[in-house]
Amino acid sequence: MKYIAKKLGTLIITLLIVSFLSFLAFSVIPGDAAVSRLGTEATAEQTAALRKEMGLDKPVLVRYGTWLRSFAAGGMGESYSYSMPVREMLRDKLPITVALTLLSFGLILVISIPVGILAAQQEGKWLDSLIMTLNQIMMSVPGFFLGILITYIFGLLLKWFTPGAYVSVSDSFWGFLGYLIAPSIAIALPRCAMCVKMLRSSVVSQMKLDYVRTAYSRGNTGRRVMFRHVLKNALIPVLTFWGMTIADIIANSMIIEQVFTIPGMGSLLITSISNRDYPVVQGIIVLVAALVILINFIVDLLYSRIDPRIRLK
Amino acid sequence: MKKVRNYFVLLLLVTFTVALGGCRGNKDGSAESQKDSSSQETVVVTEAETASEPADTEAESAVKADGTEAETQAETADAKAEPAAKSDDTEAETQSEAADAEAETAGTETVSEEAETTAQTTDGEPLMGGSIVVGIPQDLEDSLDPHIAVAAGTKEVLFNIYEGLVKPDEQGNYRDAVAESHTISEDGKVYTFQLRQNVLFHDGTEVTAEDVKYSIERCAGINGDGTPLVAAFSNVEKVETPDETTAEIYLKEADTEFLAYLTVAVVPKHCQDLDKNPVGTGPFRYVSRSPQENIVMEKFADYWDTENQAYLDQVTFKVVGDTNAIVTGLKGGSLDLYPRVNSTQLAQLQDDEDLAVYEGGMNLVQALYLNNAAEPLNDVRVRQALCYAVNRQEILDLTADGKGTIIGSSMFPAFEKYYMPELAERYEQDLEKARELLTEAGYPDGFSLTITVPNNYQQHIDAAQVIVEQLKQIGVQAEIQLIEWDSWLSDVYAGREYQSTVVGVDASYLSASALLERFVSDADKNFINYKNEEYDKLYRQVRESTDDAEQVELYQKMETLLCEDAANVYIQDMASDVVLRKSYGGYTFYPLYVQDMAKIYRTE
Repeated sequence: MKYIAKKLGTLIITLLIVSFLSFLAFSVIPGDAAVSRLGTEATAEQTAALRKEMGLDKPVLVRYGTWLRSFAAGGMGESYSYSMPVREMLRDKLPITVALTLLSFGLILVISIPVGILAAQQEGKWLDSLIMTLNQIMMSVPGFFLGILITYIFGLLLKWFTPGAYVSVSDSFWGFLGYLIAPSIAIALPRCAMCVKMLRSSVVSQMKLDYVRTAYSRGNTGRRVMFRHVLKNALIPVLTFWGMTIADIIANSMIIEQVFTIPGMGSLLITSISNRDYPVVQGIIVLVAALVILINFIVDLLYSRIDPRIRLK
Repeated sequence: MKKVRNYFVLLLLVTFTVALGGCRGNKDGSAESQKDSSSQETVVVTEAETASEPADTEAESAVKADGTEAETQAETADAKAEPAAKSDDTEAETQSEAADAEAETAGTETVSEEAETTAQTTDGEPLMGGSIVVGIPQDLEDSLDPHIAVAAGTKEVLFNIYEGLVKPDEQGNYRDAVAESHTISEDGKVYTFQLRQNVLFHDGTEVTAEDVKYSIERCAGINGDGTPLVAAFSNVEKVETPDETTAEIYLKEADTEFLAYLTVAVVPKHCQDLDKNPVGTGPFRYVSRSPQENIVMEKFADYWDTENQAYLDQVTFKVVGDTNAIVTGLKGGSLDLYPRVNSTQLAQLQDDEDLAVYEGGMNLVQALYLNNAAEPLNDVRVRQALCYAVNRQEILDLTADGKGTIIGSSMFPAFEKYYMPELAERYEQDLEKARELLTEAGYPDGFSLTITVPNNYQQHIDAAQVIVEQLKQIGVQAEIQLIEWDSWLSDVYAGREYQSTVVGVDASYLSASALLERFVSDADKNFINYKNEEYDKLYRQVRESTDDAEQVELYQKMETLLCEDAANVYIQDMASDVVLRKSYGGYTFYPLYVQDMAKIYRTE
């Protein structure tokens, strides 16, 4: 209980710092929401009037205070660009990004665990070398480039899916998931490669320890040793890595969304930054920060599950 | 051992990437595509920001596509196409011929005929119904309220929902829309409109003179807080409605060109949240939107103009910010129409059997805009030297396969009446003369120049790169500084803190003053700090004049002055290609930046 309270405290402090930093960043960089919205036909009076309406004429700290108060009351303000409540906008976009993240993460697990174990078992043999070589290639290809390749090969040449024909959840749930498969592969592959590498070296180092020999000598089969004994220990460092991977996936999905024209939070964040649409940017940043912290919290909980020696302090 | 393997892997990776780049390049088979494959990686990143593109840029020139005389005309067009066709894309070529021809002919009559012929080559019989997905590079981020929206990219979409008292047609004339007829008083101060009967808003209510009064007054800031929503309407003194079908607009100062502004939308007085629920009188009504995804509209069955009802039942404008996604969308079938593809995209699309390419002009003035108040550009000799140093044809050849129209002043060819083609030849490249002028001005060894370019417009960046190389020949060391569009707006445009910049300036209304007014010394929009008393005097005369011929003459004098003073290094009106799926027809070019969906129909 105490542990959870402590974690919550960290969450709030982190959110405060993150949101303030993004507010500060906007006041430092050039450009201004009012000018951006009015474009080249604006007169000085129009700009001044709009700036006042948006509250941009006030100092940063005052604006931050106003935003904080409305956030505490459960609101996130209204977007400058879309005249819509930010909360409503994020409510539509969040499921898309979350679905993409979970799907990518699922793919990483499904691919990297078997492949990693296989590589470890075959250590030093030709299959291991092949896997590790492929791994190196996958690790070096940037996700968005992989995205373009996938669109080109599977979308245009093989016509397995229609590039850009995003299906929304409300239209068809399976169509939605189907469209997300290609982008999540583009996100997952480079990270899969890293996971395989981590898992392989972790398993290999565990295999050399005494308890493995003991397990064998007690008459366990190779399979049993691997899954009952080695994997449990080998997964601990990998688990940390998975936690970081999820944060990484969220960041990467912002770019991949552009390549596959998925209307998720990524495209919204990027355009909102260039439009200086502060309320939206604030909302997304706080949400992403909260997500990442939450995931790390879950990872911490999982640790103690896998290894009872690690106590939650 | 491990090291050796790592090297091997690295080598493998390099070969892999090179092979991949090579494949792409060979496939497209043109010089352009080489650039494409190498820029592929960077494009994604830069284009991510493009979504913000306020797009006060391009518009297309007029080619009329009317689906009535399809069969009779098709043959002539085909015959014409044969000698002109370079590649397998016959239709596209014919179309471009027409566009060229149109730019040169003066009479509107011939133009529309010529254009009609060609448009038919791709178009079959128009069918009623169906839907279309149109790609747009950025979402409608300013507002759905027509009086608040400013971005050209927003206005081109809203054109289908809203209408004004008058409405521009594809030849650049004003057709009465909500008004049935109009008269302008001799002194150019009173505009009287007879309103059409039975024009309905999308919510089913009838348009009244009261709504017209409300709309105009809203733009002018009368009864509001006094700040005009639309700057040009600050000239409106009052609006009167003597009876239920008449509206009279009184101006403070005479302006015989004010009709151009009355294309501004007529909106219902009882709707206060137009930015959330747009209600207009246009051929399409708003259905829904999803930020950064799409905006959907459907046919308005009770549209007043029964002869020009929309063919399509539904139109979806889909936001596609990424350049590659546009290409894959068009090829893969998730997009049916994209109005402005660049030459790189065109190279990837023109061999596709399902797609037709229509060529037009963007209707904007691309130039190396010079801050006339900044050292050393405040010296006219220096500016002229820059003009003589630049080879415009080379810019066209290197950045757009030679497409585009070279211009010599702030006017593009679609404004036939005012456009002066001879100005384009005023500064032919002459390095000797350029060096002489620089020496005279006291810069025999040249100087250093910063060219600020917004990073979301690849075509302007490309042009700037060519200019940098050309200026080296006269010793001017130019350097490109890329900035975000938003910073461009605040620092360069509003703040005027820059030396030079490459952008395209468009006309927001169908009037020469839309392009020339900004260079009056004290104009808010005079971002190049141009100062010439004679120019100001000419502009005052235009405003006072009520004679069309005299106005044209005065405007042409203003253009000549800009050219002689080398106010900017004028480059071109860029070419613009429209890609439409072949199962659709009826794409219509306007001399303004609009996409008219009511004219598009399915053919199969």
